[in-house]
Amino acid sequence: MADEEKNLVEILEANNLIDMAKYITYVSAPQAGAIATFAGTTRDTFEGKTVVELRYEAYVPMAIRCIKSICSSARSAWNLHSIAVVHRLGTVPVGETSVFIAVSAVHRADALDACKFLIDELKASVPIWKKEVYSNGEVWKENSEFKERRLELGKKDGVCSRGEVLVKTHDRKTCCGTKVKVDDEEIADISAGK
Amino acid sequence: MDATERETKSWNSDCISIENNISSVQIKVLFFARAQDLTGLSDLPLEASYGSTTEDCLNKLVAKFPSLEEIHGCMVLALNEEYANYSIIVKDKDELAIIPPISGG
Repeated sequence: MADEEKNLVEILEANNLIDMAKYITYVSAPQAGAIATFAGTTRDTFEGKTVVELRYEAYVPMAIRCIKSICSSARSAWNLHSIAVVHRLGTVPVGETSVFIAVSAVHRADALDACKFLIDELKASVPIWKKEVYSNGEVWKENSEFKERRLELGKKDGVCSRGEVLVKTHDRKTCCGTKVKVDDEEIADISAGK
Repeated sequence: MDATERETKSWNSDCISIENNISSVQIKVLFFARAQDLTGLSDLPLEASYGSTTEDCLNKLVAKFPSLEEIHGCMVLALNEEYANYSIIVKDKDELAIIPPISGG
């Protein structure tokens, strides 16, 4: 029996703070030796302009679908235990977290690589928008990741991310080479890298 | 097919459309972010002729809201919550979303 896939995807309505501990707890598991996280926070300047706040909106049902699709893609590329992705809507003041991702895996390489993939893909394909508010104006931001991805969206049937196409060839080494103690107390070092 | 067959109820909407001579579909259009600013709307019902593509619908919208030209070149479309290319034929009750450049995260 395959392990139940634990993916938690949440889009929080305005004025809800992200409780990072909740999502870290969600992905924690005795089998998972690694938890990788990413928190995106509102920073105070952009190109020399002082940012007052960011305001987020989303096409919520499609955003949830897209994030779930990205989670599936991540699972096909890395050996993962649990995934949690949460994004706030509404106003997110400077210093606060707008997006949080937590990934657990047996080994850290999978967790770290998948975590990077999840945020990169979110920024390329999930229908969420932010408006940057300055003291003297506001502007809808555009992710460069989306600009690069735009022409490919809609080419694959119903997939928000590049799915299997993106699976990179990467070494699936275990982080700790297995050392086997044999009966006569020699220690044989077996590297499990492929 | 003769005229009397038009009154026969059929099994699926395609048959009904042909036999009852329905010539249009009704879809719902959603506008987000900059598109919402430009049109002043978050959503709009749109009637399109049977067999229209997503691109046909978009052209109708741009004709109705010329200000959408601002994002015409950098937006994408979604149909029923999935990204869609311009040649997909829309069906009755479809939901078409105008997706300006995204900026999540």
